[in-house]
Amino acid sequence: MQIEASALSVERGGRVIFAGLGFGLRAGEALLVKGPNGAGKSTLLRALAGLLPLASGDIRITPATEARLDHDDFGSIRSKIMNVIDFKGLERDSGEKPGSTFSPPALAELCHYIGHADALKPALTLAENLAFYAALLGGGEIAAALARLGLAGIADLPAAYLSAGQKRRAALARLVAVARPIWLLDEPLTALDTMSQTIVGELMREHLEMGGLIVAATHAPLPIAARDLVLGRPL
Amino acid sequence: MSQKPQAEKRQAAIQTRRSPLAALLVRDLRIGRRIGGAVSMGVVFFLCLVTVTPFAVGPDQALLARIGPAILWIAALLATLLGLDRLFQADAEDGSLDLFLMSETPLELIVVVKCLGHWLLTGLPLVAASPIFGLMLGLEPAALARVTASLLAGTPALTLLGAVGAALTVSLRRGGLLLAVLILPLSVPVLIFGVAAAGDPVVGFKTPFLILCGLTLAAVALTPFAAAAALRHAGD
Amino acid sequence: MQNYANPTHFLRLVRVLLPVTAGLTTGLLAVGLYLALFVAPADYQQGETVRIMYLHVPSAWMAMFVYLVMTSAAIGTLVFRHPLADVAQKAAAPLGAAFTFLCLTTGSLWGKPEWGTWWVWDARLTSVLVLFLIYLGIIALWQVIEDPGKAARLVAIFTLVGAVNVPIIKFSVDWWHTLHQPASVFRMGGPTIAASMLWPLLIMAVGFTTLFLTLHMLAMRNEILRRRLRRLSMLAADGAAPLGVVAEPAE
Repeated sequence: MQIEASALSVERGGRVIFAGLGFGLRAGEALLVKGPNGAGKSTLLRALAGLLPLASGDIRITPATEARLDHDDFGSIRSKIMNVIDFKGLERDSGEKPGSTFSPPALAELCHYIGHADALKPALTLAENLAFYAALLGGGEIAAALARLGLAGIADLPAAYLSAGQKRRAALARLVAVARPIWLLDEPLTALDTMSQTIVGELMREHLEMGGLIVAATHAPLPIAARDLVLGRPL
Repeated sequence: MSQKPQAEKRQAAIQTRRSPLAALLVRDLRIGRRIGGAVSMGVVFFLCLVTVTPFAVGPDQALLARIGPAILWIAALLATLLGLDRLFQADAEDGSLDLFLMSETPLELIVVVKCLGHWLLTGLPLVAASPIFGLMLGLEPAALARVTASLLAGTPALTLLGAVGAALTVSLRRGGLLLAVLILPLSVPVLIFGVAAAGDPVVGFKTPFLILCGLTLAAVALTPFAAAAALRHAGD
Repeated sequence: MQNYANPTHFLRLVRVLLPVTAGLTTGLLAVGLYLALFVAPADYQQGETVRIMYLHVPSAWMAMFVYLVMTSAAIGTLVFRHPLADVAQKAAAPLGAAFTFLCLTTGSLWGKPEWGTWWVWDARLTSVLVLFLIYLGIIALWQVIEDPGKAARLVAIFTLVGAVNVPIIKFSVDWWHTLHQPASVFRMGGPTIAASMLWPLLIMAVGFTTLFLTLHMLAMRNEILRRRLRRLSMLAADGAAPLGVVAEPAE
């Protein structure tokens, strides 16, 4: 599958965060979004996730012809991608003006979004938190996911007692627990120690090998091969 | 070749997995139970309002028995609305709301389930406590039953209306008072028919009670759309 | 580009229309008030106080009409995402609240000689009071949300929720009123009104409508200019526009 984003611009509170931004990303590729604070890295990720409306531009998802997409975990996702395309087709036929706000609702369902907040409820245990998101987002094995991120031993502790790094890993465990082809990661390595960073690097590499896509915003270098997208302050 | 076992495996996984909405309800109830305060605080606030009213109107037993249903309804109205400001705010702050938006489950249904969870935690205890507080106000047994039934039918509508206010004020730091200002005028119909069903001697129980049920059903059908729309726009 | 073009056209239109509606309003209100205060007969029961009706009824009508305007603007905001609709919504809310307040105060003034008290929980007055509270809620919501685009969408949702609720509120308040006070002798307007009273009333109603249109256009113009100023200030803060542009913000 591949993402093609063209002429994206986002406005917030009358302020243009970025405009005319475009990129293409194919299966197995990663994009590293860089830029100074306030350049709109997080905004771009949230817009891709469908959490912010686009002032203009569109994001197009096309399925790959490669056999890799037939990987079992992504099998069910193919039908969804077809839906996205049908939806786009309809929009075009109805004579939609270019530049009007549009974000396909199904796009969000193909993405994992790891934002600044870890979305953990302090009153619930780690396992309960993750089990809920597995059920909500279309589910899978949570025990394996917890083990993969080295959280198996503390799975039954309330999230309130965890350190920042452990919470971050718990958020990242969603990536393993639920299979979704596009990962949108906002500063994924924050608060992680070297060992955890290595694990996350491995996860990302495996995801890319399986034909997944990653868009990550970060200051720190990521342990994967990726193309760069540098945002500057809009003029 | 390998299609079959995989399909079976997936089938098994689906069967053991909770549906997203059931999982959400379980999660919210669990949080409510562990944090605890939410359940008892609403009832205590209810009791406080019932307690201060006689100080305001005087300890005249006949008067209190006459206006008792109204006191209970106003107390329930305030206790419901004032407890609602955190309904979506906690989820918005910790990023859960983002994930709700990215799930396949429609946000409208998520809103309904969150309201159901909130009502079970705060509304239902109010209903359960109302006969006891009604006794304190000197209500007759028949009136107690009417008050309890009307609160049972009407408080869900208050929670759902309040959810619209909670969604509109989700990004505001001190949205509680604004929520009440926005929603109290809209809850006038529920209050009118609720109080009438609870204790009006002229009109009887059936007509206002049925209209009250109708209002609650209309609230179930309509308010989730408004609340979900507000939540979608609150993020940007 | 589109965002700028529409308001600019609108401002040009306002410049043409404003003198017309302002003149019309002055004429209509002058004639209407003259007829209402000097020509129309006093009521044989209520005496001279009936003349309050010529202010009270049109303002009650405007209270509803402005809400209708806001509802259509809210649909414009949510469905068509038209920036002018946002502005129209925001500009209408205080005007609607003002007409509603006028309706309440004139009702109260009328009530004093009629009922001997400043406020009666009459079904109509109570419905209007609830409408007034909804207006105040809308204004409060505008005030607390910083980002104008987001505020417009959230207020639009609330306005629509209110629009669905207002008839229900009206029905319940009427029901509540008949329950507690079965016989209401007090009537306002209605088809039995004499022609000598109907004409001034109609002229006043049209005059109030043009008054609203005039004030609404003025308020929309102010709001558009305020938003431009805000945008320019932001650009200046980003260092993208010369400060000189912002240096002379007319109030």
